[in-house]
Order: sequence, then C-alpha cells, then structure tokens
Amino acid sequence: MGEPRKDDLTGRETMGHDFDGIEELNTPMPRWWLICFYLTIIWGIGYTIAFPAWPMISGATAGVLGYSTRGEVSEQIEAHEAANAELVSELVSVDLAAFDPQSDLHRYAVARGASVFRAQCSQCHGSGAAGAKGYPNLLDNDWIWGGALEEIARTVRHGIRNETDTDAHWSEMPAFGDLLEGDEISALVDFIPTLPVADWDSPGGVLFTDNCASCHGDTGLGDRSQGAPNLADAIWLYGGDPDSLTQTVTYSRFGVMPAWGQRLTEADVRAVSAYVHALGGGE
Amino acid sequence: MNTTSENLYAAREPIFPKRVYGKFRNLKWAVMLVTLGIYYLTPWIRWDRGPNLPDQAVLVDLAGRRFYFFWIEIWPHEFYFVAGLLIMAGLGLFLFTSALGRVWCGYTCPQTVWTDLFILVERWIEGDRNARVKLHRANWSLRKARLRMTKWIVWALIGLATGGAWVFYFADAPTLMRDLVALQAAPVAYVTIAVLTATTFVFGGFMREQVCIYMCPWPRIQGAMMDNDTLTVGYRDWRGEPRGKARDASAGDCVDCMACVNVCPMGIDIRDGQQMECITCALCIDACDDVMVKLGRERGLVDYLALSDAPREEAGEKPRPIWHHVLRPRTILYTCIWAAFGLAMVYALFIRPEIEMTVAPVRNPTFVTLSDGAVRNTYELRLRNKHGQARMFGVHVSGDLSLNLSLEATAYSAVQVPADDTLRVRVYLTAAAASDPATQSETPIRFWVEDLGNGERAHSNSIFNGSGGRQ
Ligand code: SF4
Ligand code: SF4
Repeated sequence: MGEPRKDDLTGRETMGHDFDGIEELNTPMPRWWLICFYLTIIWGIGYTIAFPAWPMISGATAGVLGYSTRGEVSEQIEAHEAANAELVSELVSVDLAAFDPQSDLHRYAVARGASVFRAQCSQCHGSGAAGAKGYPNLLDNDWIWGGALEEIARTVRHGIRNETDTDAHWSEMPAFGDLLEGDEISALVDFIPTLPVADWDSPGGVLFTDNCASCHGDTGLGDRSQGAPNLADAIWLYGGDPDSLTQTVTYSRFGVMPAWGQRLTEADVRAVSAYVHALGGGE
Repeated sequence: MNTTSENLYAAREPIFPKRVYGKFRNLKWAVMLVTLGIYYLTPWIRWDRGPNLPDQAVLVDLAGRRFYFFWIEIWPHEFYFVAGLLIMAGLGLFLFTSALGRVWCGYTCPQTVWTDLFILVERWIEGDRNARVKLHRANWSLRKARLRMTKWIVWALIGLATGGAWVFYFADAPTLMRDLVALQAAPVAYVTIAVLTATTFVFGGFMREQVCIYMCPWPRIQGAMMDNDTLTVGYRDWRGEPRGKARDASAGDCVDCMACVNVCPMGIDIRDGQQMECITCALCIDACDDVMVKLGRERGLVDYLALSDAPREEAGEKPRPIWHHVLRPRTILYTCIWAAFGLAMVYALFIRPEIEMTVAPVRNPTFVTLSDGAVRNTYELRLRNKHGQARMFGVHVSGDLSLNLSLEATAYSAVQVPADDTLRVRVYLTAAAASDPATQSETPIRFWVEDLGNGERAHSNSIFNGSGGRQ
C-alpha cells in the first residue's frame, strides 16, 4: 500500500493501491450518484420507523404507521365477505331439491364448498374425497344415508351417531359375536359376498334371512332410512374380504360423524354439500 | 479536483450542444418524427375484431390477459411469441451494432430521441449554445427565471404527453382519455403517468448523457459486438494532424475550430479517438463537413470509418467499399439467426389452432369403483375458444370403445364455450365392471374436441386408470 500520488501521465491522483507496480487512478463517482445513495440510506431508516421492522425480545417494533400484514388480510377477508354477501343470502334460502347445477349460484356454492371441504372434511374423507377404510368414499354412487343434495346436507348438518345433536342419523348394528356361534358367523361371511345372486337355501342364506334381512333388506340391498349399507354392491366401507367381514359381523361397526351444523354456518353447510354432491356421485 | 475532500465526487459538466445542419441531422429529425409518431399515435389506431373483442389495434389487456396486435391475438400460454420477438430485437441490435456501431444509441434509443427533443425546446427558448452558456453563467434574474420556467413547463408538458401516451396501450384509448379528463380513471393510470412524466422530465432535461454513461448497460454490451470492420464515427487523424491555422500549409486539415466538440450531445472530443461516451449520433460529422466545405477541403475529416481501413488510408490508398465492411461472416450469421427466428415465428403463427384443449386427469384418487363394480376416472378439460363468438364444442374419447363419457352437470356431450375464453369442464369416463379398461392398470386414450360450427378438431392424449387387480 503506497501513498496516494499524482500520476504523471494523466495528471490525476492514484488510489494508493499498488499491485506489482500496477496502480489505480482515482475516478470519483458522480455527485448525483452519491446523493441518491445517501437518500436511499435515509429512506431505509425512515422505512424502518414507519413500518414494523426492528426485532425485539418478543415481537418487533410496530412502526408508526400501524401497518400489519395480518390487518391487511383481515381487511381483505372482510371486503371479500361483503362482496359475497348477496350470494350467501341467496345460498341459505335456495331450495336444495331444485338447485340448478348450471347456475352461477351453484358454481359459487361448489367453489366455496371446496375450501370448506379441504379445511373440515379432508381429515377423514381425504383431500380428494376418496375416503378410507371406515370413512366413506364420497366420489362413488353408493350412499348409506342418501345421495340427493338435501339428504347430503342433512347428514352434514346433523352428523351420524354423535351425541351432540339429537337429530343425528342413528342406527346400531348388533355385535353378532354375542348372538351367533363361530361357524354360523363363518357361514354368513361365506354367504354375503355372493349377493345379490345367492343361494338362499344355504346355511348362510337362512341365517341372513333370520338375522340381517330386517335391516339390510330381504335381498341385501340395504336400507337408507336406517343407514344399513347395501351388501350386494361392489363397495365395502370396512372391507369385503373374509377377515374384515368376520370382524364386522362379530363386533359390529359404529362410525361417527360430527354435526357440522353446530360448527359451520348454514351457507358453509350448504356449500360443502353442493361440492360433495357435484363430485360425481350425487343423485 | 485536487484536494481529497473534492475527490469524493465529480460534479456533472454541463453540456450545451450547438445547432448543426447536415444530412445526418436531417436523418435524425426524420427518425425522431417517425419514432415519436409511432409512439404517440399507435394506441389510436382502430381495428375491427367483431362485437366481443376490443377494437384497438395494439392493446395490452392485462386484466383479460391478452395482447392484441392488429390481426394477431396472443394468449398468455403463447408468450413465446413475445419472447421470440424480444430475441429478434436483441439479434437485430447485434446485427446493427456489429455493422454500424451504436446506431441504436445514436438514432433510435428513446433516451436519445427525447433528449434531442428536449435540447430542441431548450434552443428555441434559451437560444443557441453561446446564449445558453451565458445564461448558465449569469446570476439569477427575472429574465433567467422566466426562460427557465418556460423551458421546464414545456419539458413537463412533453413528459406528460409521454406518460399519457403510455397508458393508452393498456386500455381502450378514447374511453381512457375521457376518464382521465373526468378524473375517473383508475389510480394506477395516474400514478403511471406521474412516474413517466417525472422520469421523462429528469432523464431528458437533466440526466441526459449521464443515463448513457452511468446507467445504461447497453454500451458495455455493445463493445462485444464491434470489431475492426465495424463502421463507426471516427476522426481521420492522419489527415487532420497536426492541427493548425487554415493558411498554415504545413498543418493538417483540422483547423481546431471546435465545431465537432460544440455540437456533441455527450460533451466529448471525437478527435481523442473512439470513446465509451460516443453514441455515434454523427452530428460531429455534419459539423465538420460544414467547416471543410467552407474551407474548400474534402469532406469527411470526421466520418463513419472502420478501424481496419486506417492503415490503408494512412498509406494513401482508398478505403474499402462499405459493403465490404457490412457483409462479413459475423453480420451474415446474425442475419441468418435473426431470419430463422422470424420464419419460425411466422410459421408458428400460421399453424396456430383456433381451438385448443388441455387435459388434466384427476389423480386424487386415480379411479373410483362404483356400486356395480364399474370403474370411473375424472378429467379436467380446459377448452379454449379463440373465436370472437361463443361456440359449441363437442367432446368425445377414442382408444377403447367400452368407455362411456359424460360431462359434468349436463346430459349432453357438448358444451358452449364463451367467446375468446377458456372453459373448464369435468369429464367422467366410466368402464363397465370387468371390462378391459376397468381391470387393466392403464389404458391409453385420446380426447377429441370438435368445434361443432366448422368441424375444426383438436386432441390430447391421456390415460385411463383401471383397478389393475387392486381393490
Ligand atoms: S447508451 Fe443506452 S440510453 Fe444511451 S443512447 Fe445508447 S442505449 Fe440509449
Ligand atoms: S463524438 Fe460525434 S458521434 Fe460521438 S456523440 Fe459526440 S457528436 Fe455524436
């Protein structure tokens, strides 16, 4: 590092750097550039005073303008709700049995229901509504408690076998392990998958008529009024293999769904029902 | 500039370019007229596209995500056309720079054109170079204040017109004009106009050559495009030096009249050789030619020249012809690449379909078993109608005859797609229980969409997922 000196050739000052005899001339920056640079520093300091910025032990300085991103979001949500208020009031009064699937209101309901579904229903029924063992698949055309829009809405509103809503769907299958012998249960398990083309004179057929037909119907087609599943179709909520069936017949099943009418607004109940109904299986 | 404290910054040296006459100046006036004319008038050109589409010839519809350019309409997914145009613009600049140096800077860059316009205004109001230098040195007086104010107001008005014209490219110009005057236009329009007015005013009035020297990246890039054969503005020092009086027979042709320096908008002396600051505006050529003609000497002491000609000319030979410099492998290569891009884009433009479809299979879950054992897949189709009228689109599927197609919320296999829009429809394909597609894990299929009005078709391939033995 040498001393700054005057360069003979150009008459300009050097920076005092010396790299193996190569020196650097002092080429000063333009004044306006420096002024802009200082202005950005002042702006930056002002910004941290005006807006939330400096980290403190808990939280950060609030900024004198009182701005917060959360505040902005809640404003946007409010504005959004105000803009949709009219659609919402139409939705809560529309007759679900005659809801036109081509209408704008229906499109709105499905879009709104999709977000309700993702937040509230997907934990059990899956994000794609395909369900899982014990949690019905909502895409298919098999409905335990009814697949018309108003029936779906009723199920969503009051739930199934919960103890919080007296209007919840309720039915209970007996645990046949207490009522039948082991070989009788095996005979039933052998018989049930052969429905609907079945040998009714077989031991399983006789047992079915005596024990199951009162709820699941004489031919095993189920009874929606008491939530008794159709046993003659290709869909098994708890599995159609012999082990699962033995388990079901021996110990019974008791699926519970909350009464969403107690947690969601009426508009959300209707919206999510419209969404589920439009997934492909609605009746 | 000698004490350390002063060295921290350099003050701008004010530049007072003098009026000049000549062929390059005339060319520059013409270019200014054409470029400004295009900029200000284009948004007002009308172009009839039918009732559902805007009738503005050039329109960037940000809200509707469309770009209209006369008969061409660009959708967002066709942004490659815009990218292609930018590549062509870049290659065009490469071509011109390698042939003619910084012609873009000297003639057509907005910074140059608007600065030129601002200097013209300055000259009208404050007089030519000498008057302006005097005014600059004079103390503030009523007259100086009046001249400065007039100049700044005219500059500000030009800036306003510049910013004002810009926003017309983004909305229907006559409507926006009415709204702007009635103070009912969107705030963003006013903000844009204000920002552009301010930048035009500052860049054209005060920053001028500083923009080119300190802010613009282009001069640095251009260095890589130029070589010894590039024609650029230069000084024939072998002819001009040593400088001297006109009567001095032993002196060269340069009479050191400073005409070339006085007209330079960048405030440099071209006789010092090629410099980073020079935008090759060629005004010094006009200035010097003027002097040479008056002295009865040959024009071209300052001229467009190629470095590779210097030794020949110094040896007294004639320079090589212009085409020799312009036509060389580098420029030919640039031209070929440029043309290839252009042809590819024109081709792409002509084979562009009027209807389009994209298919997204719903994969959560991949398939659904129905109560009778049938297997159903769901697909989301986006049907795109680029016509100015609503059209009926029929949808069907090929690949396996046993697949049954149905559209969401309708009993028909056709839907109406609104004009110039994309419609999203859910489509269900169902394979009967135990059929091949239901039991195989995958069956290739093809969706077809047909414009029922004119029979135009488009297709898209997809997969039908069967149970493949899984439950
Ligand atoms: S240097 Fe940049 S701003 Fe200046 S004339 Fe050239 S392109 Fe334009
Ligand atoms: S030196 Fe000549 S060509 Fe270069 S900027 Fe100045 S006047 Fe223009």
